[in-house]
Order: sequence, then structure tokens, then C-alpha cells
Amino acid sequence: MSKVTLTIDGLQIPAKEGMTVLEAAQASGLYIPNLCNHPDLKPAGLCRVCVVKMDDWKIAISCKLPVKDGMVISTEDPEVQQIRKSTVELLVANHPMTCLTCEADGDCELQRVAHYVGITQENLNRYRRSVRSIPIDRSNPFFDFDHNKCILCGICVRTCDELQNINAIDYAQRGVDSIISTLANKPIAESRCESCGECVIRCPVAALAPKGAQEPMREVKSICSYCGVGCGVMLGVRGQKVVSVEGDRDNPVNKGSLCVKGRFGYRFINHPERLKTPLIKKNGTLEEASWDEALDLIAEKFSNSKGDKFAALASARITNEDNYLIQKFTRAVMGTNNIDHCARL
Amino acid sequence: MMNFTEIQEQARQEWDSLQSGSVPVIAVGTATCGRSAGALGVVQAFEEEMSEKGVEAHIVEVGCIGPCYAEPLVNITKPGRATVAYKNVTKKMVTEIVDNYLKGDDPLPHYTLGSFGEGTVENIPRILDTPSFKPQERRVFRNCGVIDPTNINHYIANEGYNGLSKALTMTQSEVVEEMKKSGLRGRGGGGFPAGRKWEAGLNAEGDQKYVVCNADEGDPGAFMDRAVIEGDPHSVLEGMIIAGYAIGADTGYIYVRAEYPLAIRRLERAIEQAHEKGFLGNNILGTDFSFDINIFPGAGAFVCGESTALTLSIEGKRGMPRVAPRPRTTEQGLYDKPTLLNNVKTFSSAPMIITRGAEWFASIGTEKSTGTAIFALTGKVNNCGLIEVPMGITLREIIYDIGGGVADGGRFKAVQTGGPSGGCLPESLLDTPIDYDSLDEAGSIMGSGGMVVMDEKTCMVDVARYFLDFTEIESCGQCVPCRLGTKQLLDILKDICAGKGKKGDIDLLIELSQSVHGGSVCGLGQTAANPVLTTIRYFRDEFEAHINDKCCPAKVCKPLISFRILEDKCAGCTLCAKSCPVNAISGEKKEVHVIDQGLCVQCGVCMEKCPKKFSAVECLSPKLPVAPKETTEVVA
Amino acid sequence: MAGLATSLGSGAMTNSIAEISGASTIFAIGTNTTQAHPVLALQAKKAAREGANLIVANPKEIDLCRHATIHLQHRPGTDVALVMGMIKVIVDAGLADMEFINSRCENFDAFVDSLAEFDLASVEKITGVPGELISKAAKIFASEGPSSILYCMGITQHCHGTDNVWSLSNLALVTGNLGKASAGVNPLRGQNNVQGSCDMGALPDVYPGYQKVAKAESKKKFEAAWGVSLSDQEGLTHSEIFDDIHDGKITALYLIGENPYLSEANANHAIESMNRLDFLVVQDIFLTETAELADVVLPAASFAEKNGTFSNTERRIQRIRKAVDAPGEAKPDWQIVAAIASRMGAQGFDFEDEAQIMNEIASLTPSYGGISYERLEGGGIQWPCPTQDHPGTPTLHVEKFGTPSGKAQFMPLSFRDSAELPDDEYPFLLTTDRSLFHYHTGSMTRRVAGLEQLDSEEFLKINPKDAASLGLEDNEVVQIASRRGQTQAKTKVTKICPPGLVSMTFHFAESPTNVLTSPALDPVAKIPETKVCAVKLEKV
Repeated sequence: MSKVTLTIDGLQIPAKEGMTVLEAAQASGLYIPNLCNHPDLKPAGLCRVCVVKMDDWKIAISCKLPVKDGMVISTEDPEVQQIRKSTVELLVANHPMTCLTCEADGDCELQRVAHYVGITQENLNRYRRSVRSIPIDRSNPFFDFDHNKCILCGICVRTCDELQNINAIDYAQRGVDSIISTLANKPIAESRCESCGECVIRCPVAALAPKGAQEPMREVKSICSYCGVGCGVMLGVRGQKVVSVEGDRDNPVNKGSLCVKGRFGYRFINHPERLKTPLIKKNGTLEEASWDEALDLIAEKFSNSKGDKFAALASARITNEDNYLIQKFTRAVMGTNNIDHCARL
Repeated sequence: MMNFTEIQEQARQEWDSLQSGSVPVIAVGTATCGRSAGALGVVQAFEEEMSEKGVEAHIVEVGCIGPCYAEPLVNITKPGRATVAYKNVTKKMVTEIVDNYLKGDDPLPHYTLGSFGEGTVENIPRILDTPSFKPQERRVFRNCGVIDPTNINHYIANEGYNGLSKALTMTQSEVVEEMKKSGLRGRGGGGFPAGRKWEAGLNAEGDQKYVVCNADEGDPGAFMDRAVIEGDPHSVLEGMIIAGYAIGADTGYIYVRAEYPLAIRRLERAIEQAHEKGFLGNNILGTDFSFDINIFPGAGAFVCGESTALTLSIEGKRGMPRVAPRPRTTEQGLYDKPTLLNNVKTFSSAPMIITRGAEWFASIGTEKSTGTAIFALTGKVNNCGLIEVPMGITLREIIYDIGGGVADGGRFKAVQTGGPSGGCLPESLLDTPIDYDSLDEAGSIMGSGGMVVMDEKTCMVDVARYFLDFTEIESCGQCVPCRLGTKQLLDILKDICAGKGKKGDIDLLIELSQSVHGGSVCGLGQTAANPVLTTIRYFRDEFEAHINDKCCPAKVCKPLISFRILEDKCAGCTLCAKSCPVNAISGEKKEVHVIDQGLCVQCGVCMEKCPKKFSAVECLSPKLPVAPKETTEVVA
Repeated sequence: MAGLATSLGSGAMTNSIAEISGASTIFAIGTNTTQAHPVLALQAKKAAREGANLIVANPKEIDLCRHATIHLQHRPGTDVALVMGMIKVIVDAGLADMEFINSRCENFDAFVDSLAEFDLASVEKITGVPGELISKAAKIFASEGPSSILYCMGITQHCHGTDNVWSLSNLALVTGNLGKASAGVNPLRGQNNVQGSCDMGALPDVYPGYQKVAKAESKKKFEAAWGVSLSDQEGLTHSEIFDDIHDGKITALYLIGENPYLSEANANHAIESMNRLDFLVVQDIFLTETAELADVVLPAASFAEKNGTFSNTERRIQRIRKAVDAPGEAKPDWQIVAAIASRMGAQGFDFEDEAQIMNEIASLTPSYGGISYERLEGGGIQWPCPTQDHPGTPTLHVEKFGTPSGKAQFMPLSFRDSAELPDDEYPFLLTTDRSLFHYHTGSMTRRVAGLEQLDSEEFLKINPKDAASLGLEDNEVVQIASRRGQTQAKTKVTKICPPGLVSMTFHFAESPTNVLTSPALDPVAKIPETKVCAVKLEKV
């Protein structure tokens, strides 16, 4: 791909052929406000917020505009400013004003562009306000779908289509009644949705928001413990509790993608039914015991069962280090090769 | 299979024997417009009367004849005489016509619109000499109302498929060249030169190409495409086949509104007949060229008239315009293949351009807009209907000559052209010539050809509100400026009409209109604000009156008007009180009646019911103050 | 595992997950990928979207079929016939990659002889798939490469599972689809660290790195390293262990992180066996159905509470890291094992941390030779990685195969029926699958309320015709019985199953599917035939 140079607001920036103006700007660390763009998805050009003026005459949408050598782009042309501002004002006029209690507060793209174009208390009420009052779809156990906050950027639709190929949701209705909908507008839990949550993490507002989410205070890079694909995860931790899981975008296996189990199936970790002490069966019932008591009993019984009277079943669920020691124990201490695991099931 | 000359010969024989036979021909316009006025009943009445009375005549059901105000229309041609056109025919009239003109020789002049064709009929003026018809030039409508649209031989006998036959002897570039020379501009509204589009289709790379006919006529009040399809379906097919040959396509689609069932039936029939005669299918007229046409009924979304939304809709996807920058449809259209997409009237024009030549076509119209324009002339005008006029004619000629002036002796206020994407032009612009560029300059567009005449009883704010109501509903919803911008414009206009307009609203409307125009994805959004901008441009005072004085000068906006009974005129006839739906009028017999403004809902029935001789009810704007309710509340 | 090890010299996925989307043809057989490996399925769906041919072979119309170019809906258990039929088409059409075969493979002639019985007419009869479709799929696979084969338990859990696997390695070999990018034979591992536990020698016949216990040199190597004398007798496999327990030969069992109560084929036999043990130790994170049978239960740390490594299905060794403390006195498994060993007076278990264990693994396991925690900080590494400076191996068999001769082995095959097929008494064929929302026996996922809400009970999937013939409606309770046991579940009437075939998962203790399944073992891999057994159904 050949290199080109374009000018954005007087700055010469390098780009590669095939890039869009928005991509080139972002690659050079320049912010052009946008709402419906997502780096994982093809540009849609629907929010119209990334509008720019090209070569001093043509209004264009920077997320769809291919770079050309010598191109001159203005993001602050008066016409651009007017279109951009009106567009953002329109979105704000149709958006609930519940920022403080909103899931996306502080991480909201609409807030960001509103701030950028300069929505003030004064012009906040310029337009007639009208916020939808569609009941929130709470059918999915892991996330809610609040159509009233939806800005119809279509990122969720494109995620479900382009990345997941599931197509559980699409645009429905027309005009202001337009809505992101499942087939026949059924609750999302009754749709084809697989609850992977990929749309939820990409929603620029909080139309799609995880249920009862807590911001983690730290993140730990690890690997998902379900199937054999081995997706990289970031375990979000608060105190001694795992409160969230996100895909690790740096992991070459999943590049950030997760399935429903990987993303939402972590609550077993802090489950109250977790085993907390050794248990020893006394008179037919399992009773809590100390490690010393348990280890003594095991050492005694195992010592009497060496050789082929003994077998160990290791696990495909535990680490290499765990497995290594178990087979070493079986072979070196118990003197038998009766070691296997559930690989075959 | 017969060759084309043989086909033509056979068709001419059938046509000639009908035209110059020994029995009268009764042509009844039974397109959808005629049917809604009762044309099928008229056909039945003729059949019954004639068989009862032993009268012999051919009844031919033809397409739309044009003058809607005169439906049902019946054209009767007796051998050797001019054709007499009967207007507003009823069953009772049929009996009289059969008795007096078919059996006897009295054409009953008072029932007629006039006569046309060779020969004369006593006491009946020649229609084409009347101011209403004289400026008209029926080219696209050449066969509408003349031939039986279900009979391919009628079409063939009237130059039909001649253009195709001739085109097949030309090279593809010769056909394209002829189209270019004709100066024909796309009749869908955009006015892009058709020949250049065909050329792009021809030059596009690809082994699979498509021809698509846009028959998704969606503008409120526009129905000319329906008329052409119902009255002359083969002209559309022939144009598409010629286009297919010219660009190298083998498949055509007609995207037609499912709300046009008769048009669809006519097309289905026509496609079947064209197959039978060898105009469609493999090896058309013995050449290597093969072409077939499919009908795709659209689901009634206005935006699907936009070319990229239309092709997506055919693909079975949600009809949403593709976002620019994008390849032209001629490069990547239907199924991402090169696609030539034209309007019904554009295709219908192609056969005559090929048959008669580009010079003939360009001989009328203006330099940059050749040929004819078709309008659906409606609103407050005496003669409403479909008209076809040479480009360049003025709005004044259309409204006052063809349209017969403003209805009910009213005063002209504005004319709206181009449907929801167009604009409202005031009296001062009535001498604007009708062509793509002049209308554009005036702030309106040619569009698909709607033309609505408004009189002084029309509120221009309300008109703008009406059109925005339409576009807001029909917005596909994908881009923000159109989805929310049209809604915002509508909300502001609704407020103004309701007397809730705020200072600064006019400037806000203008600013927002500009943003919606500049920011929207497709033509629907980009032009959605035109009705707002032109009404403000030419009728700003009306907006100001609504906002500043809470006054609707046309007395249309209910929240801004009051009705009052004039004491000196009221005779106490009680008619108004009896008809008031909310019992807001009180008064004893022969005493002056009074309207309780607190109860009145401004329906206007009282004004309608008040006998003309009294004319005791008047309408006022701004509103009369409502007397505060007497309260007996005591402050404790 | 054993299958590919014989034919190719390694039992692991030959290629990498990221390569799947680069394939021109993907042949997915015996894998319900979108349900069992959803994130890997994204690659296959992406490839199909971008124009690759996706050939799905599955008795059921699984979700992946929506994206497929061709769906070969063969009868369960007829994979050998289907795949060998495809190979015969390829060979007969002259589409075999003779250069590859001649230079890199052995035993081709004998193999070609074995193709004789797989003419299309016979194959169509056995599999129920139109010959034309088989032929079309075969030609696409052979001519539009690189072609990648994905398979899972639908291939292995048969009494002739090894034959199934061999048929697939034959298919890849005959078309030269090995040793290059976006091709290969790719078994998808069901559990997070199946690959790793095999690599680590948690198998009865091999030490870590697949070094045979029966081989004198490996015995010597490990005796030297561990300072003990070792047995050169191969141990017993999973199912054989339960048989020996049943027979009283094994009296003590140390069971870690597994729930045979639900997962073992013919589960009643496993439960009975465990009850006969003198001493059963179960080590797990929850008190599973199996743990309730134990004499001692030991509380283990979950993956979020310990450090270590997992090796995924594409042989990528990746670090897991401790995020929170284990609850109560629960400990990482390795610490528990080390504590038992120490208490028994054994040497060589005094590790300070996991990194030390990995160092020992690396020193004894050639394919892990270059692995260290330090290197894994920068991201996972795919084995073989023999030395510290080796970058890892995304694609196996590029230069030579891991067989003793360095050449791949064609495996002549003949078709054998499944051990138990429907008859008059048990007229339906039951196959098992998995739900997207649950994992194995559900000990983790069924404790996640949301997953439980999305999928909370077992459903017997049954074709509408069969349902109608039994007078069954959707959502009705039905009794399912095989020669070995019985259970109940609600019906889900769906065309996903063809007539005659019914399907269940095995996630739900309330409807233990594995009391029904057949314990017939594959003679080589010793995998039970959980994908095919005969059942009868009765409305309750």
C-alpha cells in the first residue's frame, strides 16, 4: 500500500492508501468526533457526526472518505460545524437526561461528542425535547436493552452481523420509530441472540448495558477456563471478588471476542457453595476437617494402596503444573501408570 | 415464429378492422382512476343496454385518458365520424347515449367534453382546440386511453416494438448515442441525462448486468407512472428491452408498488404476451440477444424509490439508501452488478426516440430539457388530472389554461411541485418555465411530477407541516439528520400551527433545514426540508403571524381560530346549534345565538350550516379570548 | 489422539485457530462448533462469509449449517463411509495430490485397495447422503484448497472413533492438505486444558511429551530425573479403571476435577464402581454428585485463584494468573498433591511456585523445552518449542511428520457399524451434544444464575414426524430408556433432528443422559461410544 499525505486542519499527516480520513486522523492521534464508527467494523457513515469538508468545497463523511494524496480536510469549517452541532443537538434532544445514574456515564461517546461540539445549558433547550418511553427489555439475564437511550448507530447490528454472523438484531420500523429489533420484536432472550455480549461492550451509550455491572478496581490477565479454545480474558477484580470479565484484545486466539460462558459465566468463582475446607466422611456423612487430619488419613490409605491397586484421574480442567505433579505423584510415589483424565468425554 | 413484419401486419389488420369497421367503438377508461369513479359499472351498463336493445358496438377498455375531473370518460367513435368524448358518465346517461347516439344520431352535446379525431360531429367542439388541451402534447401518454392495454396487437399496430426491432439492427453504442442525442433526462425527478446513464451502463465492466425500472411511485398525489403502466404497459417493457440490448443486460426487474394491483396484473399479462411474440426470452426477434423481465412488488416504503434502497429491497434486504461515497448504480447496483435504473416514463420514452429519432424527440421542450413533462395537476384547480406538456411551458399556462384556473373562484396563493422533496412557489413566480433547471433555481424541483395548486384558504405553515409529516414517517431512520431532523422540524412546525411557536423558531427552522440538507445520507433527507425552506422564503409573513400574533391568516390552524356569530345577522334559525357536535351554541329560536368559546372545538360546522342568506358565522384569527370560568372558590 | 499420533505422528491440532479464516474450504465434521467452541466458530463463519466453502457433515441440522455451502447429513456412525467415499471420488477423479503422496506419505497403494468398498452407491446407502452431494463436496475439498478439517467429539466418541479420525487424516493426506497454512486436521479440544493434561502425561501410556512408559529410554530418563524406579507397564484408561474398580482390583481412587457420576458413559456402572472402592478422594471446587460419594473431599482453588498454564486446542501454552484468594482453606491442586506426597515421605515435591514446576516440565518434555514463565509473559507459545530461542510452531508437519519414518501413514479402512443400533425394541438412535450455555456436567455453569435462566433443563430434541407418531407435543415430559438405564426430559420438537434420531445434552443431573449411553469402547483410543445408542421413548 502506497503512502499518501493529507492535510487536516493545516496539519500534514501521513496515511496509507485504502485508509479512510477518520482512520488516518485517528492513527495520527487526531480526534474527529464520531459515534457510529468502531475499529472492528466496516464504516457505516450513519451518525454524520464525523462530517468534514474536503478540498474546501465538498461536505463528506470522514469515516467513509478514502484518503487521497494532497487531500485537504477541514473539521472546523463553519458548514461542518453547523451540521455536526445540529446533529449532536438532535441526538441530545432525544436522549434521556439521566447521566449520573447511567451505566455509560463517563465512558459515553454521546457525552464526549456533546462536550466537543459545545452543548451548553443555553442551547440544550433550543430544540423540542422528545425522549422515547419504550419499556426496557430486561429479558436477558446478563444485559438490558434500553431503546430510549439508543442512538441507532447500528454498531450492535453490525457486530452481530459482521463479527458474530448471528444476525439476532436489525433495524426495524421507519423514521423516528426506527428501532433495533429482534425478529418480530420479541424480547431479546427469546430471539436467536446467543448472549455473547459483543454488542454490549461496543454500545457507545448504555442502550445495551450489562446487568448489575461493577467497575473493577484492577484487572488480571488470564485465560478462560471453559472450552479448549483458550481465549484471553481480563478478570476484573474488586477486593477478593471477580466482578467482570472482558476479552483480552491482545490475545491472538480471540482478539477480544468471548462467548456467553466466557464473558458472563464467572459467577461460580465467588459462589457460596464453593468448598472451603477438607471434608471427611464419618458415619456416612461428610464432615468438615482440618488439612492435617485429611492429609494424614490420605497418606495412610494411599500408602496401603500402592501399585496397581491405585488409580488417579487427573483433570482437563486444571493447569499443566497441576497435571504434571499428579502424574508424577501417581508414577513416582504410587508406583503405577494408572493415570488418565477425562479427555475422552 | 413470425418475423417482425408479419407480426406487425397481423396486428395492423386487427387494429384497422376495429377502427374502420362498420360498428361503433366505445372506449371506456378503466384504469384505476376510472374504476374508482365507476367505469366498470359504465362498461357493464353499456353491455346490458346494447344487448337489450340489440345495438352492435365494440367496447374497448382503455387506460387513463387524462382528465380526472371528467371520469368516468367514454369515447365513442361511430364509423366515419370524429370521436365524441363523454364526461362523468353514469348508468342513467348510458341508457340515454345508447338510445340517442348509438341507435339515433343525437350525440347529446351537454354530456360531452368535446370531440377529436378525423371528421366532425355537429355541435360538439374539438377538444384539442380548447385551452385545456391545446397546450398538451401526448407522447408518453401516446397510447393511454387509445389502445386496449391487454392487447399487444393494439400496441404493435401503433408503432409498438418498432423501436426494439430497429434497435436490434443498430449497434449498442448507436442506441446509446441516439438516447444521448435526444437529450432525454431521467423522468424520476433527478433529471440526470438518460443517455449518459445508458452509456455508463454500457461501459461498465461485468458479464452480468441488470436493467431495473423504478415504478415505486410514492409521492403523495402522483400517479402518472401507474397511468402509463396500466394504459400502455408494453411501452415500458419495450424501453427496458431496448435498454437491456444497449447495455448488454439479460435480466430486468420492475419494482412496482404492491398497492398497484391492476398495474401489476397488466405487466404480468404484457410480459406473457411479449414472450409469446418473441419480444422477450431467448433470441429476441431471431437475434442473439436474450432478455427477460421480472416483477418485484415493493412494500410501500417511499425511500425505496431511491435507487440504492430499491436495489437492496429487490435483494430482499431492508430498503435503506447506501451511504456515499459509493459506486454508482451503473457500476454496482443490484447484487453489486452494473445496473441501469430508470423511471417508468424514461423507459416508455425510449421506443419513440429510437423509432422517430432523437431530433424528433428534441424538437419540443427547451434546450436543456427536451421532450414533454407529465404532471398530476391537483389541488384547488378546476380541471385536475394527468397532463403532458412540452418542457418550457409556464406554470401560469398550466394552472390557468389547462387547469382552468383556481377552483371555486378562489385566489391563487401557491403551487407546490415535486412532492415532498419540492417546494411551494408564489404567484410572483408563475411565469417560471417548467424545466429541471428553472424549477431548481426557484427553490423547487421537477420531481416525479406532482403539482398541487393552493388558494388563499391554504395555510403555508400547515402545508410545510403536512409534507414534513410525510417525510418524517417515510425516513428510513438510518441517519441522524433525517431521522431526528425531520422530526424536529415537524415538532417545531406543529408548535407554530398550535400557537406555541417561539421567537427564533424561524431562524431555527432555517438553520436546521440547512443541516438536514447538508448532513443527510440520501436524497430523501437532503430535500426533506425543501417545503420548509420555500414556504419560509416566500411566505415568511405567515410564519411570523403564527408566531408573533398567534394568527393563522388562512384561518386553517384550529388552535389559532375562533368562530363567532354576528348579532346583526343571526336570525335565530337554530341550525347551527342543532348541528354543533359539542353543544357549544346556545340561543332560543328567533333569538341571537352565542358560541361558548370555552366549549368550541373549531370544527366549523356552524359556519357551513348557517344559511347563505344570513352568513351570520364568521371565522377569526387570532383567537377570541375565552371568558374565564366563574369560580365560587373562597380563599380560606 | 491415538489415531492422529499413528498416522501423522502427533495427536494435536495440526494448524492454528487464526489460520482457519484463511482456508478456502473448511470441512467441519462431528463438531457443533458454534455451540461448543463459539469463538473458534467465528473464524469458520468469517471464512464462509468471505467466500470460503464451508462443508458441514453432521447428522443434525446444526446452527453452523446456516453458513454452509453444503450440508452432508449423514447417519450417525457412518463417518468412515462418508469420508472414504469422498476420498474415492477424489482419487477416481484424478484430484489426488500425487506429488505430496509420493514424497511425504507411505502405504498409499494398500490404502487405495481399501477404497474399493466405498463406491458412491454403497456410500449413499450407508450414509443416507445423496452420492451427488458427496461427490460435489469431495471435489470442492480437493480442488479448492487450502482445505482445513475441523472435528470434535462427533468423530471420536464412537466404537470406531479411531477409524473415523484416520479417515480424516487420509482425506487431508490424499489432497496434500497438511504441513501448510490454513489446512490440516484439527481436532477441537472440548475442555480448556485437555491438550495440556495429555501433554503432561496424565495418560496411562506416556510420560510428559508423549514419551512411552513402555520404552526403556524414557523409563530411564524419568527414573533419573525423579530419583525413583518406575513401572514400564502401561496403566489403565479411564473406562478400564472403572471396570477394575468394579472387579475389586483397584481399591483406592484419587479423582480430581471430574464428575463421572454424570459424564461417564453408562454412568450407573461408574457409580456402582465408586461405591465399591475402599477409599475415594475427590478434589474439586464444588461438592459435585461424585464428591458426595467420597471418603475425603479436598477443596481446590479455581482458575482465578492460582497461577499456572493452560495449553489450548492449538497447542498454545498460555499463562493464567491469580486474581483473587481461594475461598477458605482451598488450595491450588498442585499444592495439595505436593502436600500428600510430602506427607507420604516422598522427595521431589517441594516446589516454591508454579514457575519451578514449569522448569522441571521443560527439562523433561522436549516439546516444552523452551517454555518458561518469563517467556510466557509476552504471550502464549505454541509447542513444539524445544529451545529457549525457538519461536514456537503454528503449523505442524511442515518439513516432516512426527512418525518414526518421518512420513505420514495412509490407513486402509473398512466400514463398521456402531455397536448398538436401533431395533424394534429400542427404535430411536440417541446422540449427545452440548448447549452453548452450559459446560460439561454443569458444576460451574449451573451455578451461574444467568446461564441457568437461559437454559435450565434437559430437552430431548426430536423430529416433528417422530413426535407426532408418539403423540408427543413440544414441552411434554418423556421417558427415555436404553438397555442400561432410563431418565426423563421434556421434548423439544425440532427439524434439527432428522426422523429416527433424538438428541440430548448431558449437563443436567436431573436428567442424567449418560445412564443411557453405550460403554462400547474404541479399541485403540478407549473412548466410549456416547454418540450412538438405541433408546425407546414413552410419553409420561
